[in-house]
Amino acid sequence: MENSFLIKTQDLVKTYPMGHTKIFALNGVNLNFRPGEFAGLVGPSGSGKTTFLNIVGSLDSPTSGSAVVMGKKIEDLSHKQAAWLRNQNIGFIFQTFNLLPVYTVYENVEFTLLLLKMSAEERKDKVMQALEWVKLADRAKSKPAQLSGGQSQRVAVARAIVKEPSIILADEPTANLDAENSFNILDTMEELNRELGTTFIFATHDEKVIKYLRRKITLVDGKVAKDEALEQKKVKGGNQ
Amino acid sequence: MIKFILKGIIRDRSRSLFPVLTVLLGVALTVLGYCYFSGVMTSWIQTSAKFESGHMKIMSRAYAENADQMPNDLAFIGVKNLMADLKKDFPDLIYAQRIRFGGLFDIPDEQGETKAQGPLAGLAVDLLSEESPEREMLNLENAVVRGRLPEKQGEILISDDFARRLDIQPGQTSTLISSTMYGNMATANFIVVGMLHFGITALDRGMMLADLADIRSSLDMEDAAGEILVFFDDFVYQEDAAERIAEAFNAKYSDDEEEFSPVMETLRGQGGMADYMAMVNQFMGVMIFSFIAVMSIVLWNAGLMGSLRRYGEIGVRLAMGEDKGHLYRSLITESLVIGVIGSILGTALGLAFAYYLQAKGINLGNMMQSASMVINDVIRAKVTPISYVIGFIPGLIATFIGTSISGLGIYKRQTSQLMKELEV
Ligand SMILES: Nc1ncnc2c1ncn2[C@@H]1O[C@H](COP(=O)(O)OP(=O)(O)O)[C@@H](O)[C@H]1O
Ligand SMILES: [Mg+2]
Repeated sequence: MENSFLIKTQDLVKTYPMGHTKIFALNGVNLNFRPGEFAGLVGPSGSGKTTFLNIVGSLDSPTSGSAVVMGKKIEDLSHKQAAWLRNQNIGFIFQTFNLLPVYTVYENVEFTLLLLKMSAEERKDKVMQALEWVKLADRAKSKPAQLSGGQSQRVAVARAIVKEPSIILADEPTANLDAENSFNILDTMEELNRELGTTFIFATHDEKVIKYLRRKITLVDGKVAKDEALEQKKVKGGNQ
Repeated sequence: MIKFILKGIIRDRSRSLFPVLTVLLGVALTVLGYCYFSGVMTSWIQTSAKFESGHMKIMSRAYAENADQMPNDLAFIGVKNLMADLKKDFPDLIYAQRIRFGGLFDIPDEQGETKAQGPLAGLAVDLLSEESPEREMLNLENAVVRGRLPEKQGEILISDDFARRLDIQPGQTSTLISSTMYGNMATANFIVVGMLHFGITALDRGMMLADLADIRSSLDMEDAAGEILVFFDDFVYQEDAAERIAEAFNAKYSDDEEEFSPVMETLRGQGGMADYMAMVNQFMGVMIFSFIAVMSIVLWNAGLMGSLRRYGEIGVRLAMGEDKGHLYRSLITESLVIGVIGSILGTALGLAFAYYLQAKGINLGNMMQSASMVINDVIRAKVTPISYVIGFIPGLIATFIGTSISGLGIYKRQTSQLMKELEV
């Protein structure tokens, strides 16, 4: 059933000019995602993982082919419409946590709701809820500089989840974290996936992340080399 | 959102401090410059009005055409009648009859031989009569630095500088050699009773101040006056009123065909004054424009550096679904807040200096040695209502331009390209 896909790409191609030739960052990718998936793109550096997430996240548009996200054709969206799609439906988590240093934890999480023009009361409820999800409600007034790396990434997760988007795109979210914090954050994300039904798509080459995935898509040179469903191998609470 | 922006500005000193300082400095200089020129203009207008142009001035048509040559042969005759009419037609104005003359000043020794001699510019005003406004208007009480004011006919005042050069002491008899209204040579003896120092270089170099009646009889100018200066009774020049009065006067008394008929000119209408005022305004414009240009460039670069430093923030905000236009506008809003803060602080600083200069003044006497403009050596800044707002023009325009240009990069580039560059 066509409509049951949250994300659907067809012959997705993205090229970048390189001198006189061009490189194919994505070279005909057909991938569909259903609501509630906990999936990951894996593959060596340069295989096109970030490019795929950027297109699906409406930060970039394909050179050819099509990407339909929540019923919207990415290639047809104006800047404004793309921003609107991101704002409403998509949360991003980055390798570098990218918290805004001058704002408190609370304000960092609140920002995305400001863009949604939500009332102050509603914002407060949602922000505190999100901070509780990531177990940082007691650090609401802290500045990012006062947080550890693990805590920072949890704030980033709260920031992505606070608007309860349908999709969260996480590009190498554990690359700057130690093992314990990596498992911590993955536990949190898996819990959110289960409780809120949020679709998570990772780009990673971290084995720790792969252990959590229920679907593993291997990209090589911009092509899908393998797309497999995984057994849950991990043991909750951190398996070293 | 505004609150969010404000918090950012207040907490991130490096985001706000440098731009605020830039704006502050430019605005302060603009305000100070403006107050300084206002002071120059005001002082110059006041001094010119008192010594030269009045708020309005009545001359014969012929005299008016050659006014810079002190053409006493073209002076207006029939002052008594005219004054009587004026007091009926315009009773609220103050009138001061003047005669300007040039001449040689000669100091004889005991034998009557010339001991010293020098040229000077003479001004005859009503020094002696009870109701004369001149003593107060020319501030003579204070201007006499040696000797005393004239008390009877035949007594005069001369510039102290001139007196020192010629070694003249109060009480000395002197001879004026000049020419009558009809071109004959005239000599007259006077007693120098006091020395003048106005603090106006053009006057202090060599001036003789005599009583009108003395000069009338010496130069054969009975019932004549080169100029009748006219003032508003509160001594504040009002361009519109002056023009209305001049129009009414000229309609009634002036005759285009008759070159000795009287004509009234306003302060602004007299030789060079309008040009000079226009020049000052132009100069102000150039100054404000330069500040805008310089500050814009500085703020543009500050904005570029700022957005480099804030690449992460920009990327995150885009990723969270902020529209590029919205982000761009919020950066401009941010900078305008900074511009407002800088402008307020800069205006305060500029005004503080301006008030100081208004109270203290700067002495430019040394720069004015060769000046012929009648202007006080001590220039005082003048704070006017416009002083409070003028700084905001360069302050806000420059921040707007600077940020608009530096932010354009963000606006123009592809979102994905930005994200890549941001390495978010
Ligand atoms: N903006 C860009 N300009 C030029 N080349 C790019 C750009 N973005 C990605 N690439 C290239 O596309 C390929 C895929 O990159 P990317 O999607 O970042 O891979 P991954 O995330 O798997 O490491 C790489 O060869 C990379 O150099
Ligand atoms: Mg990548």
